[in-house]
Formats: sequence, structure tokens, C-alpha cells
Amino acid sequence: MYGTRLGPLSLVTVVALVGAFGLAAFYAPMDADQGFSQKIIYVHVPLAIVTLCGFVFGAIMAMKHLRTRDPRYDLKSYTAIHMSLVFGTGALITGMIWAKASWGVWWEWREATLVSFLIVFLLYCTYQPLRFSIEDPERQARYASVFALTAGAFVPVNFIAVRLADAYIHPRVLTTSGSGLTPEMNVAFFGAIIAMGLLFATFWKLEMTNKHTRFQVRALKRKLGGDDVTIGGGRSAAPRYIEGPDGR
Amino acid sequence: MNETLPDNAGYVAAAYLVFVALLLIYLSITAYRLRNLERELSELSELADGEPKVPEPAAEGTSSP
Amino acid sequence: MSPPAPRTTPTGTAILALLRKELLLERKVPQLVPAMALFSVITFVVFHFGLQRRSVDGEIAAGVLSVTLLFAAMLGANRLFVADKDEGGFDAVLLAPVDRTALFVAKAVSFLVFLVALEIVMVPAFALFLLGPGLTLEMVGQIALLLLLADIGIAVIGTLVGALGIQTRARDLLVPLIALPLLVPVIIGLARGLAPILVDGGAGDLAGRWLAILALYDLVFGLLAYAVFDFLLDD
Repeated sequence: MYGTRLGPLSLVTVVALVGAFGLAAFYAPMDADQGFSQKIIYVHVPLAIVTLCGFVFGAIMAMKHLRTRDPRYDLKSYTAIHMSLVFGTGALITGMIWAKASWGVWWEWREATLVSFLIVFLLYCTYQPLRFSIEDPERQARYASVFALTAGAFVPVNFIAVRLADAYIHPRVLTTSGSGLTPEMNVAFFGAIIAMGLLFATFWKLEMTNKHTRFQVRALKRKLGGDDVTIGGGRSAAPRYIEGPDGR
Repeated sequence: MNETLPDNAGYVAAAYLVFVALLLIYLSITAYRLRNLERELSELSELADGEPKVPEPAAEGTSSP
Repeated sequence: MSPPAPRTTPTGTAILALLRKELLLERKVPQLVPAMALFSVITFVVFHFGLQRRSVDGEIAAGVLSVTLLFAAMLGANRLFVADKDEGGFDAVLLAPVDRTALFVAKAVSFLVFLVALEIVMVPAFALFLLGPGLTLEMVGQIALLLLLADIGIAVIGTLVGALGIQTRARDLLVPLIALPLLVPVIIGLARGLAPILVDGGAGDLAGRWLAILALYDLVFGLLAYAVFDFLLDD
């Protein structure tokens, strides 16, 4: 069962998120350089970090899937990447707003982290179409895992390459974490990262519960109605559970 | 942020609004899915206590699930 | 794959046999290399009109050359496994008592050979049609080194993504969509490395960092692709 402890987890998430944003708003001081617009980092950077961690988590689950051929790991990997795409969209939009607020442009190629993030995001955007274009569920899971693993390894390589490409020509526009932050800011910043991580965990668990419930309902339907029951939808990008409805 | 807000306050608000919007969009997607699930469940309960089709279902199946 | 197989063929032998098959096939019925070469020349013409320049140098030249190479390689990656799928090459390898990664190594090496063959046509054509500064022997050596390192990365990714795409229904769409973002680090290394070489009036020197990026990329993805390719064949 994936739903167990979903309640307490979401409660903790709410408390952490409200607390972190409260700290960001009232406890962390104004930034000397950027002023009020610096407050965006308490939502933008945690979103981006959690997105990347989600991709890496997806890659680890994909590796486990390839090793064990257990479809549960494929479901975990799929859900992690799926959620990361949602979080990544948020990170990109807030990043663009931050660029506009700080430098007056909606996109800044000199900001290597943002550029790397865009490349990674564009790569992962092909994950769903890839899954969707493979009909056989077993092959779909396997190919998706190969993709997730490759893309997961691509994340650090890409960041190194883009960072190197920029360091020589332009000065770093800003450092995303650490250096420019006062201790109070750091408290709020790391609090926000933890809270965002919890939010990701909650959503991931919720999504897993949702998928698992649907599989159970479908399996039950098949059991009760026999073969002439239509099981919704034809092809889908989501993993199709092959095993029985017993929860785990 | 008490006396006068700097003029780029709108961007900060926008960034956090994006975050909230994301949460709400996710909520609506979940709601939509819940509705589908409810429908499937009611179909299921009809199957369960309605007229049971054949005592031994899925015996002469043509396609494997 | 005609040679009658003993109990288990050593991987080296299998790789050589598969490689010979690929190269023989391309020599008998040239398909990939002429198409990619023609594409690259047409792309130079397109760039001439698109950029509205009679000659290019420096960063623009590096960009034109590396982008053309990348897109031509996409063309190749799309076709790389078509014959194996349509005419049973995959099945033959799966039936033969050989290590499956032999197919990966053979495909990647043959793709690398095709890319080098493409560049033998492409670089002179580029120098003839578009490049402002004349090529010196030293420049050619540096360009060749950069291109070779980039080719290895492109061949590895092209083979992996080509194999990934061949079983999907939207191959022509998916292969470039997946491969292009994956190859961004290669483009960075190649374009940045080429730019100072191709400037007007005396070639700048080749910076080691770009070679390092390309070499790192080749190493990481070479190992990774070698490790995961197996899973793309298991049917």
C-alpha cells in the first residue's frame, strides 16, 4: 500500500512549507544587492534542486528496474520523472521571472545553471512521447528505463560542460547558493529546500497511491466482469501493472 | 517589507503565484482523476451486486489480459 | 553474420564479423555516407543564404560546421538500424551465441567510420564554399583531432538513441528529439574548440579544456551506452 503515512507526510509538508516561506518572508533579511527580488530564490532554487534530485531518483529506480525487471520500479521511476517535469516547469517559469526582475530580460544565456536546466528539461520532455510510442508494456518499461538511466547520467555531465563553456568568457552573473547568503538567509533557504523535498515526496506518494488504486480497480473489474469488460484507454504512456491487485 | 515595497515586488509575487498555481493545477488534475476513479468504482459495484454474468467468468477468453 | 558459429564466439571475433558486415554493406550499397555528405553540402548552401554571407570565420564558422555535422549525423542515426530491423539483423544477432554488446560496439565503430568518411567530404566542401581563412596543415590537424573526439561521442549517442528509436512508432521524430539535447555538451566542446582555430588571420591555439570536455563525454557515455545497450535488444 502506497497510501500509508500519506496523511502525516502531507501534514509535515504543509508545516514545513509554510514555515520555510514564513522564514523567507519575515526572518531572512533583504539582500543588499538585489533587494526584494532576491526573495524569489526561496521558491525557484528549491524547485530546481528538487527537480534534479527527482530525475536522479528516477534514474536510480530505472537502474533497479533493469536489474530486477520488477515493474514496480518502473512505476516509481515513471512517477518520479513525471513529478519532476511538473516541478521543473515551475523552476523554469520562476527562473525566468527572476531573470526579468534582476536583469530586466526574460532569458539570460549567461546564467549557466538556468541554461543547463533548460537543456535537461528539454531532454526529459521526450520521456513521455518515447513511452507513448512503444506499445508493448514490457518493452516500454525497459526502454524508458534505459532512457531514464542515460538522461540521469547526462544531468551532471551537462552541468559541467555548460559551466565550463561559460566560465571563461563571462563572469558568473550570480551564484545560486551559499556564497552570497547571510546565515539568516541560509536558514530560510535550506528550510525551503527541505520543504520542497517533502512536497515532492508527498506528490510522489500521492501519485503512486493513485496509480496503484487504479490498477487495483482495473484488476478487480477484470476479475468480476471477465473478458467482455472494457478496460479504459488503449495505449498509454503510463506503466501498466501486469501483476495482481494485492497491495504491497 | 513593511514601509514601501520596491517596484519589483510584482515579480516576487508572480514567482510565488506560479508556485501556487502549480499546486492548484495539480489539485485539479487529481480531482479529475478522482472523478474517473469514482465512476469506475460505481461500475465495479454494479458488476459486483448486479446480475452476475456467468458463474464462471473469463473461461472462454480469446485474449489474454 | 554468415560464419557458422561454434559454441560461443569470442566477443572480439563477433565484433569484427559484425563490423565487416556493416562496412561491406555500406561499400556495396552506399547509403548513409552519400546521403549525409549530400545533406552537409546542401546545408552549407542553406547557411550561405540563411546567414547572407559569402564567407564565414571564427565563431560563425565553428557553429556552421558543428551544427551541420550534428544534423547530418541525426540523419545517419535514424537509418542506422533500419536494415537490422527490416531484414532480421537483430534476430540473427540474438540467435547467434555471441555477446550482445558486440552489436553495439560494431554499430558504434561503423557509425564512427561513416562520420569520418562524411567529414572527409564535408570539411573540404566547407573550406571551398564558406570558410574565409584558408586551411593550413596545422589547422587541419587540430580540426581533425576535435572532430574525431566529437565523432566518438556522436557515434555512441547516435547508436544508443538509434537503437532506442528503432522499435518505437515515431522513430524519425524521437531520435533527433532525444539525441540533440544529449549532444549539447559535444556541440559546446566542438564549437568552442573550433572557433579560435577558424578565425581570420592566423589560427589561435587549441584550448585543452574543450578536448577535455569531449574526452570526458566520450568516456562517460561510451561506458554507459556499453552497459545499457543490452537491455534494448532483449526480446
